[in-house]
Amino acid sequence: MNHDSTDIRCRFDSGVHVLLVDDEREFVQTLAERLQLRHMDTAIAFDGSAALQIIQQDHPPQVMVIDLKMPGMDGMQVLQQVKQIQPHIQVIVLTGHGGEQDREHCMAAGAFAYLQKPVNINQLSDLLKQASQH
Amino acid sequence: MSVIKRIKPPFWDHHDVAAGAHARSVFNFRRKWMLIVLLTSLVALTPLLIMTGIDYRLTRDAIESEALLETSRQVSNTWRAVSFFLKEKQAALDFVLHDNSFDALQTPGRLQAILASLQAGVGGFLRLGVLSAATDDMPVGDADELYPRCFEDCLKQTAENGLYIGPVMPAGDSASQMIIARRCRADFILAAALDATPLFALVSQLDLETGEDAFLIDAKGNLMTPSRHFGRLYHQMTLPMPPQDASGSRVIDSRDGAGRPIWMGVAAIPDTPFTLILVKPKSAFAQLWLRPRIKLVGFLIVSVALVLLAIIGMATFLMHHIHAADQKRVQALHQVEYTNKLASLGRLAAGVAHEVNNPLAIINQKAGLIQDLFSLHPEYAADQKLTGLVNAILAAVDRGGSITRRLLNFARHMETSIQPIDLAELVGDVLGFLAKEAERRRIEIEFANAVDIPEFESDRGSLQQILLNLCNNAFAAMPDGGKLSVRIFRSAPDRVALRVADNGSGIAPDDIKRIFEPFFTTRHDQGTTGLGLSITYGLVAEIGGDIQVDSQLGVGTRFTVQLPLKAPKRQ
Repeated sequence: MNHDSTDIRCRFDSGVHVLLVDDEREFVQTLAERLQLRHMDTAIAFDGSAALQIIQQDHPPQVMVIDLKMPGMDGMQVLQQVKQIQPHIQVIVLTGHGGEQDREHCMAAGAFAYLQKPVNINQLSDLLKQASQH
Repeated sequence: MSVIKRIKPPFWDHHDVAAGAHARSVFNFRRKWMLIVLLTSLVALTPLLIMTGIDYRLTRDAIESEALLETSRQVSNTWRAVSFFLKEKQAALDFVLHDNSFDALQTPGRLQAILASLQAGVGGFLRLGVLSAATDDMPVGDADELYPRCFEDCLKQTAENGLYIGPVMPAGDSASQMIIARRCRADFILAAALDATPLFALVSQLDLETGEDAFLIDAKGNLMTPSRHFGRLYHQMTLPMPPQDASGSRVIDSRDGAGRPIWMGVAAIPDTPFTLILVKPKSAFAQLWLRPRIKLVGFLIVSVALVLLAIIGMATFLMHHIHAADQKRVQALHQVEYTNKLASLGRLAAGVAHEVNNPLAIINQKAGLIQDLFSLHPEYAADQKLTGLVNAILAAVDRGGSITRRLLNFARHMETSIQPIDLAELVGDVLGFLAKEAERRRIEIEFANAVDIPEFESDRGSLQQILLNLCNNAFAAMPDGGKLSVRIFRSAPDRVALRVADNGSGIAPDDIKRIFEPFFTTRHDQGTTGLGLSITYGLVAEIGGDIQVDSQLGVGTRFTVQLPLKAPKRQ
């Protein structure tokens, strides 16, 4: 099985702006670090409202990765608000929760993709690149 | 024994597996049946018995009173005939007395002439004589023959009421005679000997049945006419004397010499020592009463039998239906409970999977980061040991992820919904759950997949349950180290078959036709409800399939579920 053993230094040119939203700090920080290693600009928000603040600043991210189950505003609400405020931002839902119904709802609300944790980093970074070019 | 087994309704030996402390009072169908039968029988039969009892008495009384009436009528008729007979003779004597003075009667030859004309005109006179009341030395005619026999009585009675009728007496040559005497003018008595044979004929003319008897007795109870059963002529009758009573006929209950109950019709004939007795044994009445009684009792028995049959039939029919409905209800309850249990199990599994996914994701990213860092630093990248460790962690995370995904997948499909099914994948999912137990028990699982199975529409949750139930049953039937084989194949152009076979203990031929019945189980001690296969059967029917079973004791069991490639329309 391929466990991210590709040489990451080959990826120079991505420059994708990504906002990661998840209340699991360890997870989101590590993920951010790994994406940075893959030459992506990453910002982190630990809850929905913080994420909404960030996207309304001067340099909004191109892509957001959000968890569905978060304290306060949940991922679904964040997704809906983002699609209202900044419809051009692509949203990838990455969650350990939710089933078929959640996937359908998210896709209907305009999510770019729906991924289940744990996720393969290469799959995620490929999706991020696709989303940024969308 | 087998007949009883065959006609015994299933509720008779019903033991409710689900009922707890109230089982005895609530679910005792046998007792309820008995109660219904008892109460209904009581209500239905009591009036019948009472009415029949009343009718019995009425009929018996009617027949008895008719018999009594007839006896009484016979007595009365005979009594009248006997009275008339004597009155006639008396009247003839009166006429003679009226017509002839004492002197004329004493004229030689006169009495003979009168006797001759009496014999010719009235008949029955044997002798005629004149006695002097004052002196006893002047017998005339046949008086000397008549005289000695009853002189005392004759004198006494004729002195009282002018008439004497003496007892019947033997008159030689087996003939019988009786003396009738009339007193005239206080000084002489005209006495006649009468032939008693016409009297016998009068009494015996009665139309008597066997055992019946009619005769005359005198005041002492001596037989004055021949009796068939109760003594010899002129002797005391063998019956007890009827109580002396006023004249007129009556019927009294009595017993004959042998103690048998009889009716005695009694009529004293006035101015004579005679009493007419008519004897009828009660057994004759019993004979008469027998037929109506047989009819009545027969009617009663048939009615009671019919009523009981109807009551028992109705009670059994109703109780059977109540029992069946109750069984259905309990089964439905169990099914709901079972489905709920599975659903909550699914929810629990999903919850666990979700919760585990988060830490798994952290491990994944951390290990991934280490791997990333290794690839940036050549000194680590070269270290096979370290990269190996990281790869092992990531492989374990992958495995954890696939487990949680399978749990989620399973739980998600607990809700019933028709959707496209990849049967091989579904079988793989379910067998995945059993893998651990199979490993623990060293059970080999073999899965043979045919290539020509198309994707088809069906209820995923039901299919999972069906397969899981069949596999669990197979596991329960097998010892450790058994072999479970699951095979899917195209059984017909429009059907696929799912076959679960084990090499376990097998099912006895007697049990095999009952295994799909609810609550049927051979593993009573293991806390099973006996519902698994019944529910499986229901589920298979629900998705339009059918299920067959082949089994051989000691060899194994094979369940084959046939599924339509097109889902049936749901109601």
